[in-house]
Order: sequence, then structure tokens, then C-alpha cells
Amino acid sequence: MIEFKHVSKVYTNGTIGLKDVNVKINEGEFIVIVGLSGAGKSTFLRSINRLHEISEGEILIDGKSITKAKGKELRKFRRNIGMIFQSFNLVTRSTVLRNVLSGRVGYHSTMVTLLGLFPKQDVELSLRALERVNIKEKAYSRADELSGGQQQRVSIARALAQEAKIILADEPVASLDPLTTVQVMEDLKKINKELGITTIVNLHNVELTRKYADRILGFRAGELVFDGGIAEATDEIFDSIYGKESNRDEMLGGK
Amino acid sequence: MEKSLIGMKCWEENSMKCTEALKRCFKKLRTRKKKPYINNTEALKRPAKTKKIVTAILIITIIISSGYETGADFSKLIAGIPQMGVLIMEMFPPDWTYISVIVEPLKETLRMAILGTTIGGLIAIPLALFSASNITKTGIIRYPARFILNLIRTIPDLLFASIFVAIFGIGPVAGIMALAGFSIGIIAKLAYEAIETIDNGPLEAMTAVGANKIQWIYYAVLPQILPQFVSYFLYTLEINVRAAAVLGLVGAGGIGLYLNRTLGLFRYDQTSVIIIATLLAVIIIDGLSTVLREKLL
Repeated sequence: MIEFKHVSKVYTNGTIGLKDVNVKINEGEFIVIVGLSGAGKSTFLRSINRLHEISEGEILIDGKSITKAKGKELRKFRRNIGMIFQSFNLVTRSTVLRNVLSGRVGYHSTMVTLLGLFPKQDVELSLRALERVNIKEKAYSRADELSGGQQQRVSIARALAQEAKIILADEPVASLDPLTTVQVMEDLKKINKELGITTIVNLHNVELTRKYADRILGFRAGELVFDGGIAEATDEIFDSIYGKESNRDEMLGGK
Repeated sequence: MEKSLIGMKCWEENSMKCTEALKRCFKKLRTRKKKPYINNTEALKRPAKTKKIVTAILIITIIISSGYETGADFSKLIAGIPQMGVLIMEMFPPDWTYISVIVEPLKETLRMAILGTTIGGLIAIPLALFSASNITKTGIIRYPARFILNLIRTIPDLLFASIFVAIFGIGPVAGIMALAGFSIGIIAKLAYEAIETIDNGPLEAMTAVGANKIQWIYYAVLPQILPQFVSYFLYTLEINVRAAAVLGLVGAGGIGLYLNRTLGLFRYDQTSVIIIATLLAVIIIDGLSTVLREKLL
């Protein structure tokens, strides 16, 4: 369970990232976060694993404060949280397997990881993770030989190899074509259902949000303005999240 | 469109001598530049032109005044040409029998260069990491590291060699240490600039995975800079072979000692053999490093 308690974030340049956000995210939920660019979606997501520091409040993960964690303790929190990025963030010159194995470094000593002495189980775990996203045969290819959709699946496999309990996906399909978009979203949903991994996804697309979300969080100017299921998220709600004047065709047509 | 026509007219008035082809070329450039800045073309264009003219004047002034202050003189250059010819004549034909004498010192020079570059390259890695602003966020470490690099780079290789000859005595050890010091300056500087341009994405991903700093560097930074690093290393090795040839002048071992000796004895025919042999060594290393770099990139 992830719990936000009065969380606020003000950037050093004065921009408000988050404004008094209070929310509880339960285990196994598939959450989609919607909002305009700059509304705080990314800040919300990145504050969970502290890629962004918050200015006020506290974030609890399974009852323990990640906000107060330091050093090794923080790294332990992070190794349980997988993250998927818009630009995949793989080391493109390394092999796919090595990229997936890099998800395991939080579990081993520095020496073991520097010498590449990952135990057999880790390699098997990584290969199984690749199998789950259907690109096991690419394990020994260099990451830059893969297409965008394949690279994104490698980064999902990396999160799986981490044996993460939470997966954060920051606009995971924003740089993919419509077909691979569906594949990646299906992978995320499948993992969420089969392994019960809490999944939080930032999306820009209303159609995809309706199709995949269990629960929707809407942000506007750093404030949490909507929290509910798909049934409650009517067109009017989306209008209010995106601002009434926004172009509906643009929102719906998108992908 | 209108504005581009006005621009054309102004320009035509200013330079009547240019050919039609150049005019067309300029017109293309003008219209292309104009599009993004339709509202304030005139205001944007003029400062750009002044800047170019001022820069050109500045550069020319610096060159001419440098020549004037140092007393460089074309007549001296021309007067010296016959002497140059005499020297080159004395170099030929090269005394090929001298090869047997210099093979061993040439090998020693190469060994010095390889060892010196390797030691320097290894020390350069942490220094480059400490100097890169995206790796070392605190200025407390970064600025001293950069200061040390600047300091090392200001010391010429011959001074390094003289210092190490004073410490380790005459011989190749001093030469190796001098080359190592010299290499640190070059490799660390180039490497840290390369590190600062790497993709931030993998760094973020490794932070999110829960890696500690060393794992973070090993998995996200090193794979990204390895090709450049090897390239800089090989480039420095090339420089060091040449530098090592000179280090012997101050007693730091290698072929430089023989270079000094032949010059002192006015045996220019032997000097030319040394130069040709060093040239060959440099060409071979250059060829090898080109092949290696292509394989790596």
C-alpha cells in the first residue's frame, strides 16, 4: 500500500509540482494518472521512489516512510519499485540480458555486481522475465538493435527481474506506435493481474485510460482533482481535468 | 517574401562585385533564415554581422600583433631557407647501419609509452568521474578535482620528465612516470567532457533500481563512455610515442637519448634514421588504433 500524507512539492524555480496530495493506493491496483502536461503527474509518480524529493508531507510504503529513508534503506525501498520510462532508459550498448540483470544489483554486494557474478537463479529469473514479455530470443542482442516497443518490453522485464511489488510507468507508450502501444499496455495489465503487482501509469490518452484503468487519479495544477473508477470518470470529469476549453478531438483522437 | 526582397536590394547595393551565382546562394540563405523570425528580422541580422566583423578584426589583430611583438620576420624566414636545405642534404642519405643501434631504444620508447599511458589512463578514470558535474554533484569534490586536472595540464611533459629524473634518477622509470602524468591531464579532461554529455536516462533508471553509487557508475556510466575512453586512450598513446622520443633529451630513457647524441655529433644522417623509425612506429600505432576504434564504436 502506498500512502500520500499532505504531500506538497514546490520546485526551486517556484513552480508548484504537487499541492497537499492525500491518497491511498492499495495493493494490486492498476492506477492510471491523467492530467495536462505540467499538472503534476510525473512529479507524483517520481516522488513515490524519490527520483523527485517532496517539499512537505510524507509518503508511506507498506506503512514505512520512504521520505525519511536514507542510504541503504532508501535503496532497499527502491529495489522493490520498478520503473518504466517514456524513453526506455536502457543502456543501449549493453546486451538485453545485461540490462535486465541490472535490475538485480540492489540485491547483491558491490563486488558481486562489478565482477558480474550474478547467481544462476538471477539469470534464470531474468530470462523468465523476458519470456513473459515475449522477447526471450533477443536476450543476447544488443539493446540498440531492438525496436522501440521491444526496448520498452525489456525495461518491463527489468522491473520484473527486480521482483518489484510496485511498478511505476511514466508515460510508457508516449513514444510508441499504436500497435506496440497496445502490446505494452497489455503486458503491463497482464503482469498486474497475474502477479498482483501494484501498477501506476501516467497516460495522455483517454481511450487507453478507460480501457486499462481500475482506478483513475486526475491532476490539475498539482492538485488531486479526481479519484475514482472508470464508471465515475465521465466525459464531464475528463473535461474538468483537462480544462473545459481543451479540444476534445485532440484528446480522443490522439492514438 | 516582401522582407526578403528588401533584404536582397540592400545587399545588392552593398556589394556590386559578386557573381550571379553567389547572389542566388545568398538569397536562399536569407529566405531560409528569415522564416522563423518574420517579426524582427532586421533587428536580429545586424548584430550578427557586427559580431562577425569584430571577431575577424580581433583575430587578425591578435595574429599580427603576436608576430610584431615576437619579432617574427618573413625576411629571416626566407634567408633561412638555404640553411634548411643544407640540413636536409646532410640528413640524406640516411645511415641505415644505425638501425641496429636504435632498435632496442625504440622498443624501450614504445614500452615507456604503453606503460605511461596505461598508468595515466587508470588514474584518469576516478579523476574524470570526480570532475563530471552529472556524476559528482557536490562542488566540494568537483572543483578541487578540476583544479588538479588544470594544474597537471599546465606542466609540460619535459618539465614532468626533469622532475621525475630528479626523483627516480636517469632512466626509463622517470620517463614512464612523466608520460603517466602527462596522460592523466589529457585523458581525464577529454573523458570528463564526454561523461557530461552521456544520456541521463540510464542513470535515472539505475537510481530507480536501487543501485549504490559504484554500481550506478559501473552499469549506467561506464558502458556509455567506454568507446570514447578507449579512443582517447589510443590517441594519447600516439602522442606519447612522440613525446617519449623527446624525453630522452633530459635523460628519461628511450630513443631520445640517441636523438640528442646524434644531434650533438652533427650526425644528421643518423638523426634522419631515428626520425624515420619513430614515424614508422607512429604510423603503425595509428593504423592499429583506427582499426580498434572502428571495432568498438
